[in-house]
Amino acid sequence: MTALKVTDLSKTFPVGGGLFRAPKTAVRAVRPMSFEVAEGETLGIVGESGCGKSTLARMLVGLLEPTTGRIEIEGKPLDNADPAAFGKLIQYVFQDPVSSLNPRKTIRQIMEAPLKRLYGMDREERAARIREIFASVNLREDFLDRYPHEFSGGQAQRIGVARALAAAPRIIILDEPVSALDVSVQAQVLNLLADLKSEFNLTYLFISHDLAVVEAVSDRILVLYFGTVVEIGPAREVFKTPRHPYTKLLADSAPVVGRPLKAPEQKDSELPDPLNPPPGCAFVTRCPRATDRCRTAEPKLRPLGEHQLAACHHPLEG
Amino acid sequence: MISFLKLLFRNRLAAMGAVVLSAILILAVITPILPLADPDAISTADRFKRPFSEGHLLGTDHLGRDLLSRLLWGTRLSLAVGIFAALIAASIGSAIGIIAGYFGGRTDNVIMRAVDMLMAFPYILLALAIVAALGPGLVNALIAVAAVNIPFFARNIRGVTVGLAGREFVDAARLAGMGHGRIILTELLPNVASTIVIAMSTTVGWMILETAGLSFLGLGSQPPQADLGSMLGEARSALITAPHTSIVPGVMIFLIVMSINLLGDGVRDALDPRLRSGALTRPRAVTLVDRRGNVPRADQKGLLNIQELETQFHVGPRIYRAVNRVSLHVNPGEAIGLIGESGSGKSVTALSVMGLVASPPGVITGGAVRYAGEDLLAASYDSLRAKRGQNVAYIFQDPLSTLHPLYRVGDQLIEAIQAHNRVPETQARAEAIELLKSVRIPNPESRIHNYPHEMSGGMRQRVGIAMALANDPDVIIADEPTTALDVTVQAQILSLLDDLRRERGLAIIFITHDFGVVAQLCDRVAVMYGGRIVEEGPTETILEHPAHPYTKKLMACVPELGGGKRRLEAIPGLPPVVHELPPGCAFAPRCEKATEACRAGEIPLAGTETHTVRCIDPEEELA
Repeated sequence: MTALKVTDLSKTFPVGGGLFRAPKTAVRAVRPMSFEVAEGETLGIVGESGCGKSTLARMLVGLLEPTTGRIEIEGKPLDNADPAAFGKLIQYVFQDPVSSLNPRKTIRQIMEAPLKRLYGMDREERAARIREIFASVNLREDFLDRYPHEFSGGQAQRIGVARALAAAPRIIILDEPVSALDVSVQAQVLNLLADLKSEFNLTYLFISHDLAVVEAVSDRILVLYFGTVVEIGPAREVFKTPRHPYTKLLADSAPVVGRPLKAPEQKDSELPDPLNPPPGCAFVTRCPRATDRCRTAEPKLRPLGEHQLAACHHPLEG
Repeated sequence: MISFLKLLFRNRLAAMGAVVLSAILILAVITPILPLADPDAISTADRFKRPFSEGHLLGTDHLGRDLLSRLLWGTRLSLAVGIFAALIAASIGSAIGIIAGYFGGRTDNVIMRAVDMLMAFPYILLALAIVAALGPGLVNALIAVAAVNIPFFARNIRGVTVGLAGREFVDAARLAGMGHGRIILTELLPNVASTIVIAMSTTVGWMILETAGLSFLGLGSQPPQADLGSMLGEARSALITAPHTSIVPGVMIFLIVMSINLLGDGVRDALDPRLRSGALTRPRAVTLVDRRGNVPRADQKGLLNIQELETQFHVGPRIYRAVNRVSLHVNPGEAIGLIGESGSGKSVTALSVMGLVASPPGVITGGAVRYAGEDLLAASYDSLRAKRGQNVAYIFQDPLSTLHPLYRVGDQLIEAIQAHNRVPETQARAEAIELLKSVRIPNPESRIHNYPHEMSGGMRQRVGIAMALANDPDVIIADEPTTALDVTVQAQILSLLDDLRRERGLAIIFITHDFGVVAQLCDRVAVMYGGRIVEEGPTETILEHPAHPYTKKLMACVPELGGGKRRLEAIPGLPPVVHELPPGCAFAPRCEKATEACRAGEIPLAGTETHTVRCIDPEEELA
């Protein structure tokens, strides 16, 4: 069953302009993209800074209104930006665990908000529900009357996860949930997330810049470059047999023990200018396989191999 | 609350202000029950009596009214009007500011331009215009003074709110189903409340002064009602003949405004979170060195040799042992990796080398740092400063915060070059271009004119490396230089550092938490935990045969590309806090193999010439 279906979703931000002036130009942060996530699946989303990961995530939870496209959650369309309507179906776990908790509220007040606002539960129901959730994320109940600054990063991130669970969503978007944490604590949180997923039958979208972490937790991986999906496929294949040259570049750049140090590209590898995007493939300036066709025609996502799709005119062999 | 008062009263001027102001406030409150003459009772026979005359302690005014009585009643009124005006201005101004800051975009634009228009008029003119429209009277003066001060609050609070509205907890509140009104009231307001209080405490005095000004002009309180401004106004004509009629209310206005301002400044400083963490006490130019034990004797190891280094942070009664007897050396052309989690002491070790740990609270309490045999901890500030950048240079994690945002990168490089060598501008510029070329920045001739924000993260970090190379140092200490960068850029920066050390024979101390990075760049690795080195040895040996349980566990925690979907190994528990370290092994509470012996006492680093470990039951026998 499909948990999340996205059709032609895009976001364009106007740039320049003022109170009485029309915007001069626009940045296409997310170009029209379509994909589906099955129930119980973890879809990893990777890409470098500025590739549109966060814009996509914010649209999916209703914090940003999409410019075009549709979002369907379990068959129900949700395309007006209203976080309250999205809240019961899809929730968000933020990158910085401490700044995602209001410093002036106790953990109990933070946990109660979704129960009160989304479900209108009374005091006893709320207390019971919070007890249940805290037990599943391994947090002690005496934390409830403390303030966020009293917690370490790992604990604060558990609280963030607990808050997302309180809304009883079907899908959780994890936006770099462990990148602010220490390595030894990272694994604790990742394992907790895996346990919760099977306990509550959740669907995850896991956004990260750390390829190894994404590979370790995902079923399928979606690679974003410059606001476009360049490749999508099963986790174990995407980095082992990348089809898009950009995916290969990513895989080759990740530091791996025992692999000699060499920069996979030595050129000036600036991202293309978002105000003045190239007409064809956005990766063309960095691509070793680029031809004239790449400079003029934008490649479309097409199936390559059994389960992989890539947007490339000259894909790599499987 | 108690700590706030303590902090407040440490500031003597603020304490003085508080005492004077409370005295005045108490007097104003108890005025009605004091045995005072009627402030409005006219007795022309007694006019212009000097102070200390019979029955009139402060004398009388031009109508023979008792000045003491008028002063106290007037103070009461002026304070009430000033405070009330401040409350009104604060509530309306803050509401406008929060709304503008939270909604942003067009709402913000329209509201703030309107506020700007209000500010474009000189305030006294605006107040006069308002009073002229509404007619004279104390209430109208109050409205005028409040209205004039609204923009101040609106702008202040908007600024704070804009920063808060982008924070993740506001998004989280929206996802929890809260509406805009509720978010403003329960999420934003508690966070801007302290700013509102600070702004109020610094403006109440101003508003009292403005009200007095309007009353002085006859637009505020109407006769015979006394307030400080109208008392001054009425005394004006007798300024020469009976100066005490002006001096008495004048001194009171001075005392009120002065005490409120001193107290307000004190409140602002005490509420400033930076002050509480000690950041406003200016750090010394070099870390305080207070070595208690013997200085370790020089051994002939390495170009840069850290011996038994101890660095602590003394915060109040607590002592944080950030670096606890760390020894590490690096040879020319060698790269050594220093691995650890946050709080393990790796960065403090690095900063201690050149005395860059902020003091207070940092103190180096033991050990030695030898550069080519010379003990840097004993060196004078001048000789240390000459070595900073010239012999030992740093590369930091975030180039955006280490480069000055207002200067072109070229000028910053030229400054770095000229700091140590007196070379003419043109030559320095040529050298700067050469440096940018050496860190493989394309088109250095044009890039030199860029500001830091015009470059990408990778380019900025290259400039950071170029700065470090500017004076051809022998040792580079790189503190997580690639952590803030994308993987593809990280690969380029690492290979650049690797080439540089081979070309120039640089010694590199590379601080990181990433084993993959260490494996590719470093010859040797030292692993830190709880302020101590727990294992040190050649990179390959440690990666293949880690001897300390912590090293082994830590490596298992880090997923590596190519492993497929799997469950990761986790280390239970949390890293230790370094002000209450357990005796014995700091890792014992999280270690499966820990026994009583591990917790009993100090465990030495032991092993072979090249590979040492601080464990009594290592995973691998070192022979």
